[in-house]
Amino acid sequence: MPLTESQLADLRTLVGPEHVLTSPEDLVAYGFDGTAALRQRPEAVVLPADTAQVAACVRLASEHGIPVVTRGSGTGLSGGSVPTPGSIVLCLVRMDRILAVDPANLTLRAQCGVITAAVDAEAARHGLFYPPDPGSMKVSTIGGNVAENSGGLRGLKYGVTRDYVMGLEVVMPDGRVVRLGNACVKDVAGYSMKDLFVGSEGTLGIITEVLLRLVPRPAARRTMLATYGRMEDAARTVSDIIAARIIPCTLEFLDRVTIGCVEDHARIGLPRDCEALLLMETDGHPAAVEDEARRMLEIARARGAREVRVAADEAEAARLATARRSAFSALARVRPTTILEDVTVPRDRLAEMVAAIAETAARHRLKVGTFGHMGDGNLHPTFLTDERDAEEMARVHAALEEIVDRALALGGTITGEHGVGLAKKAWLRRQVGDASHDLMRELKRALDPRGLLNPGKILD
Amino acid sequence: MARSLRQLDYSVLQQCMHCGMCLPSCPTYDATRRERSSPRGRIALMRAVADGELAVSGVFAEEMSYCLGCLACQTACPAGVDYAQLIETARAEVLAKRPPTPSARLWRALTMRGLFLRPRLLRWAGRLLRLWQRGGLQAASRRTGLVRLLPADLRRLEPQCPFIAPRFSHQLIRPVERPRGEVRHRVALLTGCVQDLVFSAVNRDTADVLLANGCEVRTPPVQPCCGSLHAHNGETGPARELARRLIDLLPPESLDAIVSNAGGCGNHLRSYGKLLADDPAYAERARLWDSKLRDIHEWLAETGCRPPGAGLGPLTVTYHDSCHLAHGQKVVRQPRDLLRLIPGLRLVELPEANWCCGSAGIYSITQPAQSEALLRRKVGHIVATGADVLATSNPGCHLQIERGLAAAGSRIALIQPVTLLARAYRAEGASPEVSR
Repeated sequence: MPLTESQLADLRTLVGPEHVLTSPEDLVAYGFDGTAALRQRPEAVVLPADTAQVAACVRLASEHGIPVVTRGSGTGLSGGSVPTPGSIVLCLVRMDRILAVDPANLTLRAQCGVITAAVDAEAARHGLFYPPDPGSMKVSTIGGNVAENSGGLRGLKYGVTRDYVMGLEVVMPDGRVVRLGNACVKDVAGYSMKDLFVGSEGTLGIITEVLLRLVPRPAARRTMLATYGRMEDAARTVSDIIAARIIPCTLEFLDRVTIGCVEDHARIGLPRDCEALLLMETDGHPAAVEDEARRMLEIARARGAREVRVAADEAEAARLATARRSAFSALARVRPTTILEDVTVPRDRLAEMVAAIAETAARHRLKVGTFGHMGDGNLHPTFLTDERDAEEMARVHAALEEIVDRALALGGTITGEHGVGLAKKAWLRRQVGDASHDLMRELKRALDPRGLLNPGKILD
Repeated sequence: MARSLRQLDYSVLQQCMHCGMCLPSCPTYDATRRERSSPRGRIALMRAVADGELAVSGVFAEEMSYCLGCLACQTACPAGVDYAQLIETARAEVLAKRPPTPSARLWRALTMRGLFLRPRLLRWAGRLLRLWQRGGLQAASRRTGLVRLLPADLRRLEPQCPFIAPRFSHQLIRPVERPRGEVRHRVALLTGCVQDLVFSAVNRDTADVLLANGCEVRTPPVQPCCGSLHAHNGETGPARELARRLIDLLPPESLDAIVSNAGGCGNHLRSYGKLLADDPAYAERARLWDSKLRDIHEWLAETGCRPPGAGLGPLTVTYHDSCHLAHGQKVVRQPRDLLRLIPGLRLVELPEANWCCGSAGIYSITQPAQSEALLRRKVGHIVATGADVLATSNPGCHLQIERGLAAAGSRIALIQPVTLLARAYRAEGASPEVSR
């Protein structure tokens, strides 16, 4: 239902007329996020300046029963910030101040609209480190990262966004403002409410401020690149490294299709006939890094790596990382539509899952490149297709169903780091089961009884 | 080339997966934080127009005009979106669907369809302008307030108008010049329009540097405009005509390279293949032309530039990337490497070196406020480096930044990299390596 003139006038009074956008051109531009093939124009886009304005907008929306979809930079990959029909988009990019860094307690407090890379850059000024590094970190907001519980390349050693959230300020669906958690490492006072909102995808409350945990910045880093004739050999290299009590910060792999696309695009001299490429990095104290790098090299060789290159310096490390960094770019250029998935399995089932994806793609006559995080079992099967070709899209969906079933059969998850949003909603019950799915629904109803915050995401 | 968004190959629009990686690279998104002023936002608007879901409205036209066309988004884009083609098509569509005001139409007719299609006429206009500037008329009209009689657009522009050079390229460079020693390459030198009228000395420097590197240099005395001005502003027809004329003038079959020394021109010059793809008489030659087209820095680096034997004394230089050189032509490392060849020259990196200076073709005329804001930001960074010289290699950037530095009271000199190289070669010894 379109907003009435008086509702729009009220919004303009709350945030200032220039921060309420209603022209068709603006609504088109906020009608999508980073997810392929999902589009819906909102009724209005509102850009509040602070928590009080967010709360006031939510109260107004609640009074009139208008759905609210919260958004940061709109880089999500599961449709989490795609507007629902009849909704107002609350875009929080104006709330972009870093409020405080506390080097004694190793924390950083920031408004939700701060760009993730700026959080780490500020930490670096104090010799500190904010490890989560989702692929969009130069664009995405920290509020969006917390709402999606974003991952990144450093999952095995450093964990994900959740592991760095100590406290949150949240605007509830009725407009109340609550502060959850604090700077204490130990805090068992009541339910761990902040954890409820991490990864809630804007369906339970609107995160307006975050208190983050920082760690000391590692002093040294060593990068190496190995190629293999079999994916299992790369996977065994990773298991052996972990069994040798080494926790590398990066263990990234590319499959054969992806290697071929990278080579077509970047021409960096990768062997096209190898089945796997493994980028490994260890960081920490310089002496430990040297020792670990040497042992990782030995393990890679022992596990049958065809070639292992160790970077002598930062420049060479950057060159070695080129293959992994350009993986998605290389794939995205092949066909008009790129669908990036993120099924995840326990680490020891990864090679099996990669093989299953390749077999499924071949059977459905589809081009799928797989790359991802071998250290944490997070895969990114990337479908190279054309959304205008209905027949091919039907095959894509059939293949996706099979891949999801296989991942679940291996004890995995439908999404490791992109979230459920709209794109994976249909598979959630299959993964978590009826009882757990019902519990999620009850929780949503308890906190947002009228279903006004990001309705239709995660759950119907 | 498509003349409307509907005619455009839809996969060019589809190539954008709206991941948002372009957002931090875009100066207009940086200024407004509005999606519609971002590359992916603009592409979404274009796609909505192509899908028939959005009209070519005033807001659409304004947004396409607000885009600098700096192409920083193309560098940031992981999916290889051809934004240059998209924005040019969108602007052509705006021009077709929303005819400009009569006065703007007159200006377009006079400039794009008049002066910039007729190189001799353009030079005559240049001579008249010089007469006005140097004959005391400009000073007199400013003193008497006569300039207030000019239309508002012109009045604003009048103080920005660059000084016209006393002699143009054809008076400084012979049609064919040979290097002193062995001829290693045969190249053509494109002298440009603004470059010819204002920076003809830079063209002379370019020829000297080519000669010093064993190139026979062919420089036809009368050269048509490359058509980039037209293509960037939606005038596709004249752009195609100019491309054909230039190919006829400098047959690519007979040359090792066609050398451009202006970033903006060069980027357009190497896309003739796309521009003339549906012209059966020219499509193939246009593709050959593209394969021979080189930016001067790129050509020198590729063929192994000879390090000058002499320097220019101790000199600290910082380098500003012209957008279309860096983002369009991907020539980033080469100008820096060439500067480092000059003995005694210390190169310091400029923060945000590849962020647009606000010149952007005719942007300083169409969007003066945003253009000024970008210029102030650029000048601030340049001054903070403490360099003696700012080097950059595009006439638009040169004029804009020189004006900004002067307004800020800075004494930093603006010298193009090829001029610095030419001066270093000249400092080598008594006789220049040229037989004229």
